[in-house]
Amino acid sequence: MPNKTFFWFFLPTGLAMILFIGLPIISTGIQSFYAQHDQVVKEVKKCDPFGCTVSIVVDNEETSKIREAKPLGKFNGFGTYTDRNHLAVDEIKKFWNETENFGAFVDQVTNLPFYKALIFTLTYCLFVTPNVLLLGFIIALSLNAVARKIRGPLIFGTILPMIVTPLVGSLVLFWMIDSQGIIGANIQNLMNDPYLSLKSSKTLTWITIIIYGIWHHSPFAFVVFYAALQTVPQEPIEAAIIDGASRFQRIKHIVLPHIYPVVTFVALISLMDNFRVFEPIIGFSAEGSAQSLSWLIYDNLVNEEVILFGSAAATSMMTIIGIAILLAPVLIRTWKEFKTAR
Amino acid sequence: MRKILVTLLFLLFGTSAFADCNIKSGSINILANDFPALRTFVETSKQCKGSADFKVTHSSEHNKIAVPALTANPSEFSARIAANSSIVPLMNQDLIRPLDDLVKKYGKGIQDSQLITIDGKVMAVAFMANTQHLYYREDVLKDLGIAIPKTYEEVVAASEKIRASGKMQYPYAAAYKAGWNLAEEFVNMFIGHGGEFFKSGSAEPNINNAKGVATLNMLKKLSELSNPDYLTHDSEAIKVEWESGNVALMTLWASRSGTLLDDEGDPNITKATKLTGPATVGGGNIPAATLWWDGFTLAKNRPDADAEATFRALAHAASNKKMVADAADQAVWLVEGFVPGPKSIGVIEAVKMGAKPYPMLPQMGLMHGALGSEIVEFLQGKESAEQALKDVEAAYISKAKEQGFL
Repeated sequence: MPNKTFFWFFLPTGLAMILFIGLPIISTGIQSFYAQHDQVVKEVKKCDPFGCTVSIVVDNEETSKIREAKPLGKFNGFGTYTDRNHLAVDEIKKFWNETENFGAFVDQVTNLPFYKALIFTLTYCLFVTPNVLLLGFIIALSLNAVARKIRGPLIFGTILPMIVTPLVGSLVLFWMIDSQGIIGANIQNLMNDPYLSLKSSKTLTWITIIIYGIWHHSPFAFVVFYAALQTVPQEPIEAAIIDGASRFQRIKHIVLPHIYPVVTFVALISLMDNFRVFEPIIGFSAEGSAQSLSWLIYDNLVNEEVILFGSAAATSMMTIIGIAILLAPVLIRTWKEFKTAR
Repeated sequence: MRKILVTLLFLLFGTSAFADCNIKSGSINILANDFPALRTFVETSKQCKGSADFKVTHSSEHNKIAVPALTANPSEFSARIAANSSIVPLMNQDLIRPLDDLVKKYGKGIQDSQLITIDGKVMAVAFMANTQHLYYREDVLKDLGIAIPKTYEEVVAASEKIRASGKMQYPYAAAYKAGWNLAEEFVNMFIGHGGEFFKSGSAEPNINNAKGVATLNMLKKLSELSNPDYLTHDSEAIKVEWESGNVALMTLWASRSGTLLDDEGDPNITKATKLTGPATVGGGNIPAATLWWDGFTLAKNRPDADAEATFRALAHAASNKKMVADAADQAVWLVEGFVPGPKSIGVIEAVKMGAKPYPMLPQMGLMHGALGSEIVEFLQGKESAEQALKDVEAAYISKAKEQGFL
């Protein structure tokens, strides 16, 4: 496609992307550098049905004057990024100096909310993405081999986890692993431990969420791989069969190289998706044991009675940077291939 | 405290006065939490709408909508049914209007004790009271010869006895779901220990002390007697546990007693379900519970005509003797003419025992948020009480700095 045609073709999408994705990101970025003005408070008498007390309220007259002068808030630079609830620069320095061995240092750092969330998010990505790719590929291969007649219903059954709304899917599993649910109660019986609970143990909660993630995301990989498998040319495969190549060798040397670009694509998309893991945490009520970066943003925006825009914005920006870092190797590789292909 | 007793017990003899219901214009749009008493309240106010436009949104997610919806100008809602804690963000952002004029003009039936005044201005009109208190299974306690617990130490002892008897494995329940609910349990227990959340006259946190540690230890003891999934259980979940007969002692909101004691579920359990006041803890004499009121506030960013119409409709409900007589089971109404029934025992006992109201401080929401996420690891046995409290304070300080409180 000539560049000019491409430009006109892309223009509407590009404009929409700038308007609905680019500008909000810029606005979020700006927001993350600001904090609320210092609160002007005053002591007043408060009376309710249970009696009167003297305590403080925000002085709205004074506050609105300051707000009108500087509606964005107080410039905080990287203050929000470096505070304890985010990168915790000072705390980490302190831990480094105070702790005696590296293990204790890691313990202290992973106790900080941002790092706690980062570790869960990365663990989730690292376990879910490769397994989704592998499982999706295996399902695609097996389905590609079954008779055409039953393929339709099988495909439908396989993509069901993706059709089910994530929240509903996780809720169903949540009830099943309840200590009185079918899975939870059976595991208790099996282990002979009435206090065993999949929901209260951190490790078991993580495992549950990861398994759920694999279950939920595999169909996507499967659908894409299955489509790609239809494009694998038959001639080289027949030639390989004549040459005596085993099934495994055929897949390794012909099928995989052929669908390689698709694998990269699926890997990219699932990495991005998994880095933003959120619904299962809500669905499993797992806030206590597992927090992800997206959950931190949600927490700052809705769980507090006071909305922390600065915090949420800072975490959002860092999530974007995190995704960029994760994707960098794959993107660089694709770019290089693109260059050589030309 | 005396005021509420007066309200609750003696107001049968008050003068009768109904709000004038001849509303000609304006539009009314109410945002409220979703439980039976509030539905009754809003329905009652609807009877009075006249020719005004009337809309209502009942949502358990009301807290998430309130501030953005009232910030808009004109705001989406003309009224918000708020409580001690949820009025604070509205006050912080200056989103609600003083009601003095309207009370003077249209608030004939509203009693003085219903008025929430801040700095001399009426900011809300309360109509019901709430608290968390103990529920117990009379049959189970009788069988084992256990007296009705008055303190959390007795709750622990009783639960251990029930467990030892083999009747129930997890005899105690409370809403310990990580987040708001768990933090609320901490707030109750900390207040029961006589704690103050902030150093006097400042927003500096004050929980990393002996009282904080004692609070956490008590929560942990209770959690060990609860269903192991306690960190995922909210009020609704423990209600279900109770109705399945898995629990003999429970701390739950008074406003939920109505659905707990209704005809649904096993009649034997319902019959044996009894209410008592909140427990004290650590030898303290005030209960480990906080008092709550629910009341209505009016949005500032709304034309005066709407505010007037809304006030008149809501005031009609907030002074409606028929409503409190018909729905006496649903709540502890603060409205004139309410005769407390057996389901109101919890709140009345709490008031008698001198329970404190939930702290109505501008920075309390931040403390509540920090508690909800940072004490979980202590309950899971992953860190010490001191470390957990240190974490809460540190998380709170960062948030309070961002919000400009420190």
